[in-house]
Amino acid sequence: MGSLDLLWGGLEAALTPTNLMYAAIGVLLGTFVGVLPGIGPAMAVALLLPVTFGLEPTQAFIMFAGIYYGGMYGGSTTSILLNTPGESASVMTAIEGNKMAKRGRAAQALATAAIGSFVAGTIGTLLVVFFAPPLADIAVEIGAPSYLAVTLMAMVLVTSVLGSSRLRGFIALFLGLTIGLVGLDLNTGQPRLSFDQPQLADRLDIVVVAVGIFALGEALWVAAHLRRRPLEIIPVGRPFMGREDWSRSWKPWLRGTALGFPFGAVPAGGAETPTFLSYVLERRLARRGDEFGHGAIEGVAGPEAANNASAAGTFVPLLALGLPVTATATIMLAALQGYGIQPGPQLMTEQPDLVWTLLASLLIGNTLLLVLNLPLAPLWARLLRVPRPYLYAGILFFASLGAYTANLEAFDLFLLLVFGLLGLAMRRFALPVLPLILGVILGPLMETKLREALAISDGDLSGLVNEPLAVIVYVIIALLLVAPVVVGRLRPDLEPSALVPPEEHVTDDDNRKKAER
Amino acid sequence: MSTTTDQGRRAGQAAPRDLPQLGLAALLAVMGGYTLYDASTLEVGFADPVGPQLFPYAVGAVMLALAALLVVATLRGDRPEEEGGEDVDLTHPADWGTVLKLVGVLVFTIATINLLGWAINGAILFAGAAWALGSRTLLKDVLIGIVLSVASWYAFYVGLGIPLSAGILDGVL
Repeated sequence: MGSLDLLWGGLEAALTPTNLMYAAIGVLLGTFVGVLPGIGPAMAVALLLPVTFGLEPTQAFIMFAGIYYGGMYGGSTTSILLNTPGESASVMTAIEGNKMAKRGRAAQALATAAIGSFVAGTIGTLLVVFFAPPLADIAVEIGAPSYLAVTLMAMVLVTSVLGSSRLRGFIALFLGLTIGLVGLDLNTGQPRLSFDQPQLADRLDIVVVAVGIFALGEALWVAAHLRRRPLEIIPVGRPFMGREDWSRSWKPWLRGTALGFPFGAVPAGGAETPTFLSYVLERRLARRGDEFGHGAIEGVAGPEAANNASAAGTFVPLLALGLPVTATATIMLAALQGYGIQPGPQLMTEQPDLVWTLLASLLIGNTLLLVLNLPLAPLWARLLRVPRPYLYAGILFFASLGAYTANLEAFDLFLLLVFGLLGLAMRRFALPVLPLILGVILGPLMETKLREALAISDGDLSGLVNEPLAVIVYVIIALLLVAPVVVGRLRPDLEPSALVPPEEHVTDDDNRKKAER
Repeated sequence: MSTTTDQGRRAGQAAPRDLPQLGLAALLAVMGGYTLYDASTLEVGFADPVGPQLFPYAVGAVMLALAALLVVATLRGDRPEEEGGEDVDLTHPADWGTVLKLVGVLVFTIATINLLGWAINGAILFAGAAWALGSRTLLKDVLIGIVLSVASWYAFYVGLGIPLSAGILDGVL
């Protein structure tokens, strides 16, 4: 029960009036930014990072926790009321959620999403409390070769299992690794890829890279394709659920949580798979299966819970191994590094106060989210009507502000523009963003471990495979690379579109994906 | 988009090649090549059997290989699936003029931020971007921009203790 005591200590540290205020500000800012169309949770966290620059680590983390959950919740609101999911994790929510909204049940859809997120987030965070410390205990023991192998596995998983084109995944990954090379070599102090610029030799500020790729890149891409005809927005009152809605929702919440958490916790990357599985499962189990495709509440409750539980699950590899597996977690990792904290096996033992405060903050942020957002939902829904020129001009404004505040140098604004243009090109050429940002963050770490392992073996390549764990992981990586090809050959029908009901945008999307392959 | 056109595209009959992808491949090749060159200029340290150049060599070499693969894929008719989104309408051709205007606004900000300061640059940035995106209420846009930039200047100065550049308004703010 040691973990619970520590969590209790974290709660006591986090539950001061000042900290609660920061949590509340975080939740409100996160939801505000997350609800805005075109802004997903990763972009919300990246844009709001600078706000926490002047704060103590504890307060900054509490605010992050609020921003994180707020941004996720905001995303689901958008997909229910607009039927255009901003990110792949809310595609499944949008299917039934928007149908519910069109049938006049927007309030119930938002309520089951909010309460389901709360239930899943709370259970998920408690599971992190139990799983992360033992994993960290094991992780402290693993040597450089195994760590290198695990890092490599995270990259391969994110790059080749997710996304529709492996070639594009790897291009994005290696773009990220190249960006990660820029700056002083940590061992010899020589600048690499720095073009004799002192600002570059000093290593790139990850905030500038993330804001450029996520925020500016997205804004420029939207600017090139701005919808001429505004979308139809469904008005909504205060979210509530009747007795029947509750009885239909609670089981999908729990099942979604059970599906989502493991997918977040083992670096299998992302919430797409569990939300999809949850949707299919609820559809199979539903007593009134015919209601699916016409706004079944189970189809919102399950995937939303799976989405949040998987988000909570990503904290297990993040805190215990220092491995982020989603874009949002990667930016959180960058934020931690900004405070001079190196996430990894040592984090749990070296900075226990911080870790437990962060976990406690996640619980608090989650609760505040529910308390604040149920009454505020009608207000958030109005944000969807923001005139688009203002919305995207605002994103440009805050992206520049964020990049500028990193070092107060015009050069960072120039870098922002460069990465914004790269982000634009990535969207034009369908290069996934996650492998890139993962490469930027994990590349330097990977190189350090590689050199460590080879220094121990005095340059002998066998030094990379002299630990059993490393060998096992390399075998898994090989299987991961081969399995999709084999499965794809054997079961060509196992495509998402085969199971998704005929519905305009999703079908379109999937067909296009199919055409890709 | 109907299923029939998708089938056609899948078979690679009707769909034209996406030639701009070759530009991307060229960019990747240049990046990979430069990474290799840059690595070759590094000196090997003492007691470091790997040295600072191994990792960049690997990254640069793979990058060149990926560029080549992309060229092959493009010539074989592989097309990117452009990213959708809430406000993205892919049924119209891309409007690069708007993007160019936005880039212009950002370049102006970069060039003048040390001279004019955030309070002025921020306002110009917002109003200019709104104009580029089709807003035609210039006065209102400028007013919103001024409120945003002055408020953010004070929020960072007073709230977070970060002095953003005051520029020519130094002493006024």
